[in-house]
Amino acid sequence: MSMDRREFLKAAGLSAVAGLGTKGAFDLLMPGDVDASEHEGHSQHGHGEEAEAGPKIRWGMAIDVLQLKDHSKVDRIKAACDYEHNIPHWGNKKDEIKWIWEDSYEHVFPDTHNEYLEDNIRELPFLLMCNHCDDPPCARVCPVEATFKRPDGIVAQDYHRCIGCRFCMAACPYGSRSFNWLDPRIPLKEEQAEGRKLNPKFPTRMRGVVEKCTFCVELLAQGKKPACVTACPDVMIFGNLADPDSQIRKVLRERVSLRRKLELGTKPSVFYLV
Amino acid sequence: MYDTGKVITGLVIFVGLFTFAFWYNAGKAAPRPEPKLDTPEIQKMAKKQCIETKQFMVTEHMQLLNHLRDQALRDGNRWYVNSQGEKIWISLQNTCLKCHSNKKDFCDKCHNYAGVSPYCWDCHIDPNRSEL
Repeated sequence: MSMDRREFLKAAGLSAVAGLGTKGAFDLLMPGDVDASEHEGHSQHGHGEEAEAGPKIRWGMAIDVLQLKDHSKVDRIKAACDYEHNIPHWGNKKDEIKWIWEDSYEHVFPDTHNEYLEDNIRELPFLLMCNHCDDPPCARVCPVEATFKRPDGIVAQDYHRCIGCRFCMAACPYGSRSFNWLDPRIPLKEEQAEGRKLNPKFPTRMRGVVEKCTFCVELLAQGKKPACVTACPDVMIFGNLADPDSQIRKVLRERVSLRRKLELGTKPSVFYLV
Repeated sequence: MYDTGKVITGLVIFVGLFTFAFWYNAGKAAPRPEPKLDTPEIQKMAKKQCIETKQFMVTEHMQLLNHLRDQALRDGNRWYVNSQGEKIWISLQNTCLKCHSNKKDFCDKCHNYAGVSPYCWDCHIDPNRSEL
């Protein structure tokens, strides 16, 4: 079929009108549905501020970093987490498995760092962990829903389902996720030979899965507090952000707190009291 | 046909070697596995029954475990209500292996016999053994 310029322009004009019509038709028949699917679960299960529509429980953590001047507390907290979750120590950065770890202020808050910072803050060890974001980018990119946000705000990790693609590690702006490049039982066995005790109540992981802090969901289910909170309750303040009378909400009302990389819009649930 | 003798001999040797596993094991059926139920925890029980009937557990435990795992981990509901209406805490290491404290003589017995290697044990540890 041959087509002259006039016919081509007519066809192009008509298809443009038809194309506009489909989006318009969607808006007319199913208002909001098209846009909503792109922002699935965006404002659901939010922080305490939106309490009326929000959930009854929204777990959060406040870390009193000023207390960490006493470095033995950092070690105690890390040891409690290591034991609870049978976390292996590889002894090198590449294979390292991080659930809770420490770093300096300038690395934790690179955007707010200034070179004339108070000495005591500059030298404090900041404890880092999964921020259990309200809008977790890791859960959004996971192709198999191995990581997902629970109604109580915890970003959970299902090792049974993880395929080890590491999209979540690329998506997480906080570096809270670690990949098991090798069987974690290799270093665990070595550590056991040197006298380390394993937690018989918790599994290890296997090669090829991603892991991270889970706010100790298995302990919360039994009505207990996370292991780090039990180890140092004065440093780690854990509680329900949706309850205005909870201890964590009181502390956050009374003291100045920081959250990491707020400009990214992930709405972290870990607060640093300074 | 050239080299008939060599070819036939070769064939006989080949078939003999190829079917080695069959004639070597002929008449020696592996004994049926008898998973042991005599752990201290089970002997203490008044009514010796698992969370469901024995028949159900034998044939359906894999599906049940899968289902319970999803319920506990993904729905966050760690209580299983069995057919008798009893509530059971869902945990492989802390509930199943508490009674069945003899993984070697219980789980592994049938699994080895059937030639299956469930990936449960890639991560889950036997709480009754200190070494991995």
